[in-house]
Amino acid sequence: MEPVTMAKAINLSLRDALAGDDDVLVFGEDVGTLGGVFRITDGLQKAFGSDRVFDTPLAESAIIGICIGLALRGFKPVPEIQFDGFIYPAFDQIVSHVAKYRNRTGVSMPITIRVPFGGRIGAVEHHSESPEAYFTHTAGLKVVAPSTPGDAYALLQSAIADPDPVIFFEPKARYYLKEEIDTAKEVPIGQARVARGGSGVTVIAYGPTVSIALDAAKAAEKENISLEVIDLRSLSPLDMPTILASLQKTHRAVVVHEAPVFGGFGGEIVARIADDGFDLLEAPIARIGGMDTPYPPARYEKLYLPDVDRILEAADLALAYG
Amino acid sequence: MADVVRVVAADDPVRPLFSPAGELTADARGTLGLSPHELRDLYHKMVWIRRTDQEALNLQRQGELGLWGPYQGQEAIHVGTVAALRPTDWIFPSYREFGMGMCRGIDPAEMLTLFRGLSHGPWDPRRYHFAPLVIPVASQVPHAVGMAMGSRFKHGDDVVLSTFGDGATSKGDWHEAMNFAGVFRAPVVFLCQNNRWAISVPLAKQTAGSIAERAQGYGFPGIRIDGNDVLAVLAAVRAAAARARQGDGPYLIEAMTYRMGPHTTSDDPTRYRSETDLERWNVKDPIPRYREWLQGQGLIDEASLAAINREVETAVEATRNRLKSAPVPAAGEAIFGRVYQHPPDSFLEERQEFESSLESN
Repeated sequence: MEPVTMAKAINLSLRDALAGDDDVLVFGEDVGTLGGVFRITDGLQKAFGSDRVFDTPLAESAIIGICIGLALRGFKPVPEIQFDGFIYPAFDQIVSHVAKYRNRTGVSMPITIRVPFGGRIGAVEHHSESPEAYFTHTAGLKVVAPSTPGDAYALLQSAIADPDPVIFFEPKARYYLKEEIDTAKEVPIGQARVARGGSGVTVIAYGPTVSIALDAAKAAEKENISLEVIDLRSLSPLDMPTILASLQKTHRAVVVHEAPVFGGFGGEIVARIADDGFDLLEAPIARIGGMDTPYPPARYEKLYLPDVDRILEAADLALAYG
Repeated sequence: MADVVRVVAADDPVRPLFSPAGELTADARGTLGLSPHELRDLYHKMVWIRRTDQEALNLQRQGELGLWGPYQGQEAIHVGTVAALRPTDWIFPSYREFGMGMCRGIDPAEMLTLFRGLSHGPWDPRRYHFAPLVIPVASQVPHAVGMAMGSRFKHGDDVVLSTFGDGATSKGDWHEAMNFAGVFRAPVVFLCQNNRWAISVPLAKQTAGSIAERAQGYGFPGIRIDGNDVLAVLAAVRAAAARARQGDGPYLIEAMTYRMGPHTTSDDPTRYRSETDLERWNVKDPIPRYREWLQGQGLIDEASLAAINREVETAVEATRNRLKSAPVPAAGEAIFGRVYQHPPDSFLEERQEFESSLESN
């Protein structure tokens, strides 16, 4: 297969899901005729008709709210929320119903909510947010964030097939990352991957920060520092065995995400390591992420976002500790 | 989907049944086609759900229930609505539609376990086509529209009834759902139970305009009717459902009624409403009103009224006994059992730890 972008890989995954199961529906703002503002749903309405791939009115709460009725009827809704910063009107439907309906009724809710997330695209306000921690904090949801085209394809297949609701965060700044993909490869929800083997410091990343971590590992290599990069892929559930296996080798960790560090998902990772792997540690765990501010105007986003230098600096400190 | 949404008015099957004041016309009442047995059954059901409501209130005061939200005064809507629909038509209630659930065949003792703190949703909605009671106001309305859209996508001939109170019409979800229903011509009947109070806030402070007339803005008709007349409710819902069933889209019925009791057992209505207000509505109480009509028509006599009361007392006593002997599910299952269909390992470990901690205590 020719190398494909992550955008194309997600498109292919949606196409295969729609073709494989008549109960899969794709809908949201501009996903039909236009094919989505990022063209992720390009051509799907033409291929599957406007009863299966359709534009909705501009109303996020109803886009998610109708999923409950559709799922009760046996559909597998795959709604798109156009941007991370527009998910908040749907927050009540996600937290009060999508996450809790099965607990209330015993009826499964196979809903996959796709959300482009993260910054680094030079956008105006509300288009660059990382709201994942709001959802990892909510029982009943599964939360995933792929970082490569192949994983995006496979993880979306797993999410749509999963009988439980999944929030599927797509790193929009990586939509145009290209690689060859193997559509037969399975990526179960809840499995991290070692994106690059190493022995000195474990860098734990997901979504848009994985490629930054890999760049940092390449740069570190030149200084004879070996970084192991873990791509979590799944935030909830969290694959602690993969993290702990890495710490068995490195005894040091750096956690990287774009979301603000305070109250961010990195805190959960660090706390879990402290619970289950305290004796493995030889240095404090660094958290690298956004500052405790709203996402800044685009001109300043490079100063706000994690970069190679911040990862290297944290890795150096971890290695020099004690 | 139609390119242009048409407001159906000329062929509105509901409006001709009602006077401009929202009363069911004598002609319409005469052509409902209900047998004497069916007409008596509507009365029987209203008495049964009211008596169960009173019993639940008593049980709450006795400490058997944590909370209770009485629906006294709204029985005509509960009974008339269910009687108007097919058993396969879905109903999406808010939290006060306990009587509707009873009319759908759900065991009231089973439903009461919700208020006894044993479950968040004691019945399988698919068995009764009756969605769970939903507490965040108006948030259930888009669920109903999704179900109705699904009916259209599957070319089903079922319709969906979405019910809510006057307070719900202030919420964004209500607007979003009404708008979706209009755009997708979803086969859904919106039934506003305008009971004039959202806890302590009266209708005049809730909304400055007409609820029924808002339907026009969403591209479908709406009507305000007398919600304390069981036959009016039945006629309106039946006609609106038939219209939706044949593909003509949504309808909004604003049924005027009155919440005769408190919002819930935690509420004290004497702080915000007068006795005279309540007295004005007492004379419109749907149960005596309908009983007098049945008596006037010679459809019910003292002996059958007494028989109904006896049957209801027996049923309520049985409900009380079933509730008190309802099994208390094991904590591990009650807390963890239904969260996921495919629970993550870490979730199962937490359950295991919790259950072990119970055993060791």
